[in-house]
Amino acid sequence: MHDAVTAAPAPNFLERLQRAGSAGGAAIVLLVLFAVFALAGRNFLTPGNLVNIAMQSTILLLLALPMTLIILTEGLDLSMGAVLTLCNVVLALVAVKTGALAPALAAALAVGLAFGLLNGTLVAALRIPPFVATLGTLGVAQGLALVVTDGQSVVGIPDAVQQMNSGLWFGLLPPPIAIAALAYLAMHLLLYQTRFGAYVFALGGNREALTLAGIHARGNLIAVYVLGGLMAGLAALLLTARINAGHPTAAIGMEFDAIAAVAVGGTSFERGKGWLLGTVLGVLAVGVLRNGLNLMSVPSSVQVSAIGVLVIVALLIDAFRGDRR
Amino acid sequence: MTAASLDLNRGPLAHLSQGTRSVVYRLLAMALIAAAMSFASEAFLTSNNLLNVLRQASLLFLLASGLTLVILTAGLDLSVGANVALSACLAATVIKGTGSVALGVAAGLGAGSLVGLANGLLVTLLRIPPFIATYGMLWILHGVTYWFMKGETIHGFPPAFRAVGSGYWLGVPIPVYVMLLFLAAGIVFAQRTTWGQEIYAIGANPEAARLSGVPVRRRLVLVYVASGAMAGLASLIFLARLNSAEGDIGETLTLPAIAAVLIGGTSLFGGVGSMLGTLVGAVILTLVLNFMNLLTINANWQPLVTGVIVVLAVFLDNLTRKGDSR
Repeated sequence: MHDAVTAAPAPNFLERLQRAGSAGGAAIVLLVLFAVFALAGRNFLTPGNLVNIAMQSTILLLLALPMTLIILTEGLDLSMGAVLTLCNVVLALVAVKTGALAPALAAALAVGLAFGLLNGTLVAALRIPPFVATLGTLGVAQGLALVVTDGQSVVGIPDAVQQMNSGLWFGLLPPPIAIAALAYLAMHLLLYQTRFGAYVFALGGNREALTLAGIHARGNLIAVYVLGGLMAGLAALLLTARINAGHPTAAIGMEFDAIAAVAVGGTSFERGKGWLLGTVLGVLAVGVLRNGLNLMSVPSSVQVSAIGVLVIVALLIDAFRGDRR
Repeated sequence: MTAASLDLNRGPLAHLSQGTRSVVYRLLAMALIAAAMSFASEAFLTSNNLLNVLRQASLLFLLASGLTLVILTAGLDLSVGANVALSACLAATVIKGTGSVALGVAAGLGAGSLVGLANGLLVTLLRIPPFIATYGMLWILHGVTYWFMKGETIHGFPPAFRAVGSGYWLGVPIPVYVMLLFLAAGIVFAQRTTWGQEIYAIGANPEAARLSGVPVRRRLVLVYVASGAMAGLASLIFLARLNSAEGDIGETLTLPAIAAVLIGGTSLFGGVGSMLGTLVGAVILTLVLNFMNLLTINANWQPLVTGVIVVLAVFLDNLTRKGDSR
């Protein structure tokens, strides 16, 4: 019975072509943005700034990777930014109290795990539409972040945490880059080399068949959201190190950047079609756009408009592909 | 069929339609909540406080009424809060710039409706799922409003305009009259007109509606425009009450508005719900938040409580419709 979905079937020629097409779309978007800012912005094409873009993109990548899986299941997680924010303040509070990294990270991961479980249960077991379930938990996480900090910043982050941003591993590797690369590798293996990964594609593309084949669809769907929560917990470590504080609105709205990255990367909101490497290109596209607009001193609140337009464009491309299928 | 649901069908309300019964139950729930609150806090059952609740609920209802139409079609509009912000800021700028309240009102309503039109076109022509299209719109509007306002505050409007938000007539806040007017219009539109019935039909089964000759796309555009226009109207009343506009004015109203619709018994899956239900939902939510205020519970708890209420409302809706759909 299980054989039918044990591993993702090898893509046939047409599917390869389609993947290449979406790859092309994401790559073109990235290249165009890159070219525009390289020509328009004076300080864009410097080694320091390019490293900066990579560093800034790591947090977003940690969110966008699990968001890809969630969207592949025809789901959505609007709570990710608020959960990351809550993890950020919890991590900061514990780090300030203990002065150590391990318990703080554990606390953040625990918070992420709890919200992942909650989201997964609401969506998979109670069958609440994902965008409403996670909109509700967005409110809960945002409220908790405000309540535990009383609306104030948490400062005095210990060195152990700060080193995650300013330090170097083995004398040359910035920890955020290393963590993001490892996270991508792990997620790639999980999605393309395991039975769970095959289920993720099937949850979006053909949930009925999955259930008929006797697969525990609910459990797998919950696991996808748990992954999202845990990655938000991990991202909180990089965020806290980067901003050197805990702040009750630190990452509010960041789920939009993640969703945008996934959409630009060519993953469809319907039909369970998408690919993980495209999300990396999408993350870089959003990173380049934000960085370029930053250099032109466009305020962050206004940058989201540009990202919104980017999403609409990506969805247009997606709609075209859907029509031609 | 459980014994309980059989009893409900045979009970004193059996002659009423299911929709009416669902509203009656919600009214009873509202009365129970109000009764419980009046025991817990002395300040609750004062005419001042209750009028205040009504004033807040009327703003929420106006925003939620357009949203009700959208959700009846199994759609969603996540951009209403951001739309309020943009419309209010535009209206404020026009009133300040031209000195004409009429032009400001036109700007607010026009901006709101245009945003709704954009949503409707994204959903129908480009076939983007409504929650994604309106979510993208949310952030586009957010950015546009910030760019437009540049962090400044506009305040101090003519008294005649401010009266719309904070005035009284015969001892009752003026927004309450606006709410009653739109409640009546909404009920007539949804229940008594062909267009209204077509909106229910689209939510219940879009394919069947299309086959029976309903112009689905045009009706869908209509509900998103209605939602946008109501956001524009709500923004004017909000602006009149606060007497100042900032870039983030009203942005946090989206979650409460969705909560009001869902508490009111309108199903996210479309085809089921009512304007009267949404009004009761708006009052129930406002009662709860007002009660938290009276108990001097930190306002930081409000998004948390609203979020829990949203999830609970959908969960209960799923329970009562178990086996119906999906």
